[in-house]
Amino acid sequence: MWDYTDKVLELFYDPKNQGAIEETSEPGVKLAMGEIGSIACGDALRLHLKVEVESDKILDARFQTFGCTSAIASSSALTEMVKGLTLDEALKVSNRDIADYLGGLPEAKMHCSVMGQEALEAAIYNYRGIPLATHDDDDEGALVCSCFGISEAKIRRVVLENNLTGAEEVTNYVKAGGGCGSCLANIDDIIKSVQQEYASAAINDYGVKVATEIVTSKERSLTNVQKIALIQKVLDEEIRPVLIADGGDVELYDVEGDRVKVVLQGACGSCSSSTATLKIAIEARLQDRVSKNLVVEAV
Amino acid sequence: MQNNCIYLDNNATTKVDSEVIEVMLPYLTDYYGNPSSMHTFGGQVGKALRTAREQLAAILGADQSEIVYTSCGTEGDNAAIRAALLAHPEKRHIVTTQVEHPAVLNVCKQLETQGYSVTYLSVNHQGQLDLDELEASLTGNTALVTIMYANNETGTIFPIEQIGLRVKEYGAIFHVDAVQVVGKIPLNMKTSTVDMLTVSGHKLHGPKGIGALYIRRGVRFRPFILGGHQERGRRAGTENVPGIIALGKAAELEMLHLEEANKRQTRLRDRLEQALLTTIPDCVVNGDPTQRLPNTTNIGFKYIEGEAILLSLNKYGICASSGSACTSGSLEPSHVLRAMGLPYTTLHGSIRFSLCRYTTEAEIDQVIEVMPSIVERLRALSPFKNDDAGWLQEQEQALAHR
Repeated sequence: MWDYTDKVLELFYDPKNQGAIEETSEPGVKLAMGEIGSIACGDALRLHLKVEVESDKILDARFQTFGCTSAIASSSALTEMVKGLTLDEALKVSNRDIADYLGGLPEAKMHCSVMGQEALEAAIYNYRGIPLATHDDDDEGALVCSCFGISEAKIRRVVLENNLTGAEEVTNYVKAGGGCGSCLANIDDIIKSVQQEYASAAINDYGVKVATEIVTSKERSLTNVQKIALIQKVLDEEIRPVLIADGGDVELYDVEGDRVKVVLQGACGSCSSSTATLKIAIEARLQDRVSKNLVVEAV
Repeated sequence: MQNNCIYLDNNATTKVDSEVIEVMLPYLTDYYGNPSSMHTFGGQVGKALRTAREQLAAILGADQSEIVYTSCGTEGDNAAIRAALLAHPEKRHIVTTQVEHPAVLNVCKQLETQGYSVTYLSVNHQGQLDLDELEASLTGNTALVTIMYANNETGTIFPIEQIGLRVKEYGAIFHVDAVQVVGKIPLNMKTSTVDMLTVSGHKLHGPKGIGALYIRRGVRFRPFILGGHQERGRRAGTENVPGIIALGKAAELEMLHLEEANKRQTRLRDRLEQALLTTIPDCVVNGDPTQRLPNTTNIGFKYIEGEAILLSLNKYGICASSGSACTSGSLEPSHVLRAMGLPYTTLHGSIRFSLCRYTTEAEIDQVIEVMPSIVERLRALSPFKNDDAGWLQEQEQALAHR
């Protein structure tokens, strides 16, 4: 027996907003419907929204769910959560919000909350006449889990949104890997890749702060990835704007140890004082901001 | 903790008979001697073990020397498979079925990674084997055929003796997982073609943590657990004395009640089945309608999901089980029902009711009373319906083309 919260049980035994919303001739009102899941996968949700056209507000929400206790409770929770929201506000409802509303779900049942969030997205995109695939590239890219038809894009999204760190968690959230299990190693690789990208983005965001620390303490040693990210950051934010203003530009080509290889472009590439630009405008700035050992070369 | 539940999940485990508890308790308190000890205190325990061994041998129609105690059915299956292969290292082929318990299937899958080839026999939509397919799979290289006597999910009984005759023609060892059968249908190993047979104590009103493996005299057996010389060198480890005493008594009681219990459970099971099929539209019985355990019915309630049914039943104190993926940690629905080729509309909503000799008329009445409203409520929530010309049909068509 799964360990369900009282809220899950309450909404399972006494669900709110079950059923469909019938077509209406009410002026200024339109219906939206989103379908997610399948009978093969063991859970499916059809979400109905009644939208006030002028305000984009969800006047009513109802669900029809084929699935387990937590699927039914998640669907009911979702309908309660989105009533009264505008469509843009509703799009911000995450699967985590649905799980939180329920006081939590067993980890292995988190896919029920994901199904809710996806049905909401599908309904809103349908309403707006936008093909889901153009917004949600889940159907694009490689199919990773053929048992449940889950793409790499969907796995990447759920890993990022829920900060997942293992293939088992991915299985709990989107079922990928829960069938024959042959894709579990691939899922681990995807998780690693997402983590690396996330770390890289974090370094970029953090770059200026790191640089400041280096300037003040000079003690900080950077990893290669951090160093490259910081070089790129300083180039983009401090060096290139000046060069571009003079009709030139610079592109980072490679970093080998402390040798920074760049490509001078535009006016800088043909300028007679390009060596000076290289040493004064670029190398000196990078030595100041990143590491005094850096040597900049044009390629 | 719910003690007054309507327990219809007896293929999962059973209530320990009070008489069984009574006989085993002194071996947890007063008679705690080690049966291998050379003093009288241990020796008297050894005598009790012999009695228990005879009780278990009797229900199997076996000799007491052909019984080896194990910790559970899973150990029995593992030991039998590995022993058979060790005894015939030159043979590298195993035959089993797609619907075995994981205690067999997962061992076979592991053995495949170790160079063995395994044939997984298919079943038809009633869960029954094709004996021609079995025959075609057997070769001189077949070391072992391991097939369950009756399926734990559907109750479908395989024609074990007919299978055994074919297996013997090819000189393979024939192991049968009979954990669902002992105490439910009569057995006689003396006239059987079975070489090894697995028993589990908690499936026949004995305690958990005790099982046994019948090994026909003369069948080559290499032990799986090594250590002392208990169980005539076939399974080391100090005996689970209270468990063995309990299993002996449980077997004796099952044998005593077998005929009457069979009749009674068949009648109650059929009444339950017929009432549900009559009052609830769109449901079907899964499994062989005739070659079936007397206590088991597996019913597929279309368009709804099993775990939701189980939780709804739980509200009334009714315990059953489901082949639905959401019931277990796995995300795949029952491998047994899938192997039978059931449509997804049915298999996700399949519920197994398994009775025992304690099951009463009133309990069955209660299930008959509550099930229609449970199914009706969940179907009202479901987007799938029999007359759904859209989403469901699209999906079934897509699945058919997979």
